[in-house]
Amino acid sequence: MKSRTDRNSVVEQRRPFRYRAFMNMTMPPGRGTAEMEMSRAFDAAERSVSIVAVHDWSGRFAMALLDLRQTMQLWRLVWTLSLLDIRLRYRGSILGPFWLTLSTAVMIAALGFLYSRLFHTDIKTYLPFLSLSLVLWTFLQTLTGDGCTCFTSSEAMIRAARMPLSLHAARVVVRNILVLSHNVVVIVAVFLIMGTVPGPYSFTIVPAFGLWVVDAMAISLMLGVLCARFRDIPPIVASIMQIAFFVSPVIWSPTILAHRGIGIVLVKWNPFYALLEIMRGPLLGTKLELGNWAIALGYSAILVVLAAVSFARARSRIAYWV
Amino acid sequence: MAELHVRDVGVSFPLYHGESRSLKKTMFAAASGRLGQDRKHRLVVEALRNISFSLATGDRLGFVGSNGAGKTTLLRAMAGIYEPISGRIDVKGDVTALLDASQGMNPDLTGRENIRLRGLFNGLNEQQIAALQSDVAEFAELDQFLELPVRTYSSGMVVRLGFALATAIKPQILLMDEWIMAGDASFMEKARQRVETMVRGAEILVISTHSADIILQWCNRVIWMDRGQIRADGTPEEVLAAYLPPEQFEIAKKSMSKVPA
Repeated sequence: MKSRTDRNSVVEQRRPFRYRAFMNMTMPPGRGTAEMEMSRAFDAAERSVSIVAVHDWSGRFAMALLDLRQTMQLWRLVWTLSLLDIRLRYRGSILGPFWLTLSTAVMIAALGFLYSRLFHTDIKTYLPFLSLSLVLWTFLQTLTGDGCTCFTSSEAMIRAARMPLSLHAARVVVRNILVLSHNVVVIVAVFLIMGTVPGPYSFTIVPAFGLWVVDAMAISLMLGVLCARFRDIPPIVASIMQIAFFVSPVIWSPTILAHRGIGIVLVKWNPFYALLEIMRGPLLGTKLELGNWAIALGYSAILVVLAAVSFARARSRIAYWV
Repeated sequence: MAELHVRDVGVSFPLYHGESRSLKKTMFAAASGRLGQDRKHRLVVEALRNISFSLATGDRLGFVGSNGAGKTTLLRAMAGIYEPISGRIDVKGDVTALLDASQGMNPDLTGRENIRLRGLFNGLNEQQIAALQSDVAEFAELDQFLELPVRTYSSGMVVRLGFALATAIKPQILLMDEWIMAGDASFMEKARQRVETMVRGAEILVISTHSADIILQWCNRVIWMDRGQIRADGTPEEVLAAYLPPEQFEIAKKSMSKVPA
């Protein structure tokens, strides 16, 4: 028997995640305990949480939205977790996170010289293209990989206390943006060395990046939920991304295929192409192509809807699955 | 005023291991009669069924029951970690759950970093986090170990850190699992004092334990959990008299009468 609950009963009023907010500890001088006791009494009067078994969709979406809002309120925790993730990866190494920049630089230099010969393209135009493509693609690839494990790898945290679950997805996104920011240095260096001047529409990468962040959050929420439930998904996602890398214009320029039939399919209906191009195109000095924006926005809308549905549906079950 | 209402709560764990399904099904069903199927005919373990009770300020509730009776699952549900599949839980007041020693700490991070994360989770500012770090360091007696990754700690040190961290935050409603009673002898006395001040400070205490001494010492109400359901709910004397074998109950009562309350 499932008890059906009225949708209005889905309430967590007033800073609900601050479940344990006050400290029984020596305060620094100048802040009296009386003041603390007072604020505690004041706060406690209005803090109440209801955890209700929800079986209807409006209730599920309300809870999912609340979850996202709580994650935003905990942005300092998300930021610190992401920062520590990166610091941890390079703890004990001499160069530290600078390895991120260095390994990307080596990769781009090596591939750049090789492929510019193979494709008979001018390195002066090819290297800036490749540096942008590879850095953005690396972001996408690690994001999908990390997104798959965003809940399963946070099992200990999920089981220790009630906290918004989208926090774990946000942590993956912020961590990958931090990595991306290390790699942007390489792009800047390539542009300087090759004397490439960003195009007049370069300002459009600001909204484009905004779209990327939204998509990144949606990807990691959706994949996180799916992979927590079905453990076969991470290798499938990895294989898909591997194939997508080769069939999308990442290391090869779409102009190569301009006169061949198959190129139209690979470029025109490829979600990765549109998303890459709204970031890459303006910086390489192409015209503003609204068609790419339309495709990118369309695919993003589908992605966000899928993510919202899967997260709303599975949110209350994640703690059982991890 | 703190309040906690549990109404008709049910929790079930899905079993997703397809290949062993039918075997498990028959074995579990024979053993406990607690396997059910949900709407979509997936196999689930019904960890809690139709649990209802209410607590108000001043209540000190103990859960007793054999292993697997659902005590820890119920504590997790009350803490909001496992959302129930039916029913509702209404909580008024700050809740702290001391459910396992590691407290969700990241073993690769240092003690100091883990304390900082906990502080951020609780919405503390930098000043309060610094105070929390010194408070925990002092209580857990970790000194320079605070700068080392938690995975290098001995298990006793992990318990001390987790305990100090969890108890540095004074809740109105305290949910405790019995791990808190584990620790080395010298630390135990200190921990006991801290728990006792915490227990006195908390408006509602819920503790899950196998120890009759702890129940008689701290609780004024006991719920006996059996196979995911409430088997008995009453004063410690009533419930323990039914739950414990008679001779053990006598021993527990005698040992209590020696200790001045």
